[in-house]
Amino acid sequence: MTAAKPAPRRLQLTRWFGRGWLGFGYFFLYVPIVALVLYSFNDSPVPNVWQRFTLKWYGALASDRELLDGLWLSLRIAFVTATSSVVLGTLAAFALVKYRRFRGRTLFAGMVAAPLVMPEVIIGLSLLLMLVSAQRALGFPERGMATIWLGHLLLGMAYATVVVQARLQTLNAQLEEAAMDLGARPWEVFHLVTLPMIAQALLSAWLLTFTLSLDDVVLSAFLSGPGATTMPLVIFSRARLGLNPSVNAVATLIVLVVSIGVVVASWLIARQERQRARDVAAAARAG
Amino acid sequence: MTRAGLRDRLRRGRAAVIAIPYLWLLLFFLLPFAVVMKISVSEMEGATFHDLVRLQNGALTFDLKFANYLLLIRDDLYFTTYLSSLKYAAVTTIACLFIGYPFAYFMARAKATLQPALLMLVMLPFWTSFLLRVYAWKGLLTEHGWAANAIEALGLDQFLAATGLIPAPGQLMNTPFSLVLGMTYTYLPFMILPLYSNLSKMDLRLLEAASDLGATAWVGFWTVTVPLSGAGIVAGSMLVFIPCVGEYVIPELLGGPQTQMIGRTLWDEFFSNNDWPMACAVAVAMVLLIIVPLAVFSRYQAEATDRRP
Repeated sequence: MTAAKPAPRRLQLTRWFGRGWLGFGYFFLYVPIVALVLYSFNDSPVPNVWQRFTLKWYGALASDRELLDGLWLSLRIAFVTATSSVVLGTLAAFALVKYRRFRGRTLFAGMVAAPLVMPEVIIGLSLLLMLVSAQRALGFPERGMATIWLGHLLLGMAYATVVVQARLQTLNAQLEEAAMDLGARPWEVFHLVTLPMIAQALLSAWLLTFTLSLDDVVLSAFLSGPGATTMPLVIFSRARLGLNPSVNAVATLIVLVVSIGVVVASWLIARQERQRARDVAAAARAG
Repeated sequence: MTRAGLRDRLRRGRAAVIAIPYLWLLLFFLLPFAVVMKISVSEMEGATFHDLVRLQNGALTFDLKFANYLLLIRDDLYFTTYLSSLKYAAVTTIACLFIGYPFAYFMARAKATLQPALLMLVMLPFWTSFLLRVYAWKGLLTEHGWAANAIEALGLDQFLAATGLIPAPGQLMNTPFSLVLGMTYTYLPFMILPLYSNLSKMDLRLLEAASDLGATAWVGFWTVTVPLSGAGIVAGSMLVFIPCVGEYVIPELLGGPQTQMIGRTLWDEFFSNNDWPMACAVAVAMVLLIIVPLAVFSRYQAEATDRRP
């Protein structure tokens, strides 16, 4: 601020108001998570009244076949979903960013973005009914893991596209052009030049779609078949009935794994970023 | 490789890059909608449903049943459900904007070195299960839960009861209040992130110019910052409003009998009543409800794509 200096007291007030608001916001975002973790160690017949510390819910978890089977199925689906979402999402992001004009681009852009906001009940219902029609006409697919994966892929692809697209837009296209001028084939350009530059975005898209899939209730409920009960479906049916301490214990483990994963991933990304900055600086000095 | 050969290769590569995701979306996103539209005008026949077009006595007959749609319009229950879905989604959007705008604003004006960490902290809950976080509110809001105790200690429940969000003081769970709280909590990051990305890119010299021209900070905020962040407000609001209209899990876990929402109706028609055509009609009507905000959203999304960096 150059002219009209604001009264310093007013500025102070704004600053404290800002800190307060941020603090309140983060408090709001984290209170439920903290509560989940704390109550997973609660030894009490009434789930939300604190009695004393216990680990018995974790012990019970080890023999909870329903939940463990669900977890294993969910992990497998999430892995396949994340991988395929990143592949399809990268293709879609390329189509949208690199090719600015092609027939039906508006429809394509709309279809890519729509699952981001489309209520999941609609996506689940419509996909299920189409699969049922297909099954009547063709005799396949059976409902189960594959159909759940299809639904998750539809959602995951939309998220992966947004993440990769954002990265592609900030890329310097001249680097790719330079590689092409130097005689690289399109595929070489992609995996020698483009891929290393978008690797971080691919990693975060993979992690994001993995957690999305691991978490999904609605699509799985519509698309699952007999014997294909994912972990969120198990948790949801228990949560519907009331509070359940074993759910808290699962939640705590998930929070733990996810926090470690995210912290490690962001540490790796930050390290890579620094390394690249050093390389660029070294190259600049040498050149 | 010859020049023509390279061009040919590029063209083929381009066709494949576009065609694969395109066909996939046509097959698994657009076609299912056509199926839903078709079934919504069919009739249940035992465990299955009629086909629209049938060969009868050597002649093709079209068999459209609009009975489902007529019922949707005539039946008060469906109509009030639609209205209340819109109402709760709107209230949630306003609550998210009220909390999220100042939040994103102060985030964007925080020290530059601090911002990545602040952003990370907003996204982190997003990585931990949404289902479990909604479930956590159940524990917090039932009698003797932390949040319930805090709200009652502050006397806020009197205020909530007065506004009609809860039926009586001390009764927080399974009310419009718990529903809106759960949805606000879940969708708040969707409001904050687009607002933050918009506000952090703002040219602060504009505010300086406003202040040079004699505007106070408050006037500058309302006449410069807020209008410039319009695109972020629209994007955030759509990202909150549209999924809220059709939300199922949150009303099921946190809402009560008086907070019927359309996503739940669809679910019940399908899973409890096994009335597939009716569920489809509800889905089509739901799409009609959100088609305008959906168009606004994809327009914004397309503009964001087409903007050259």
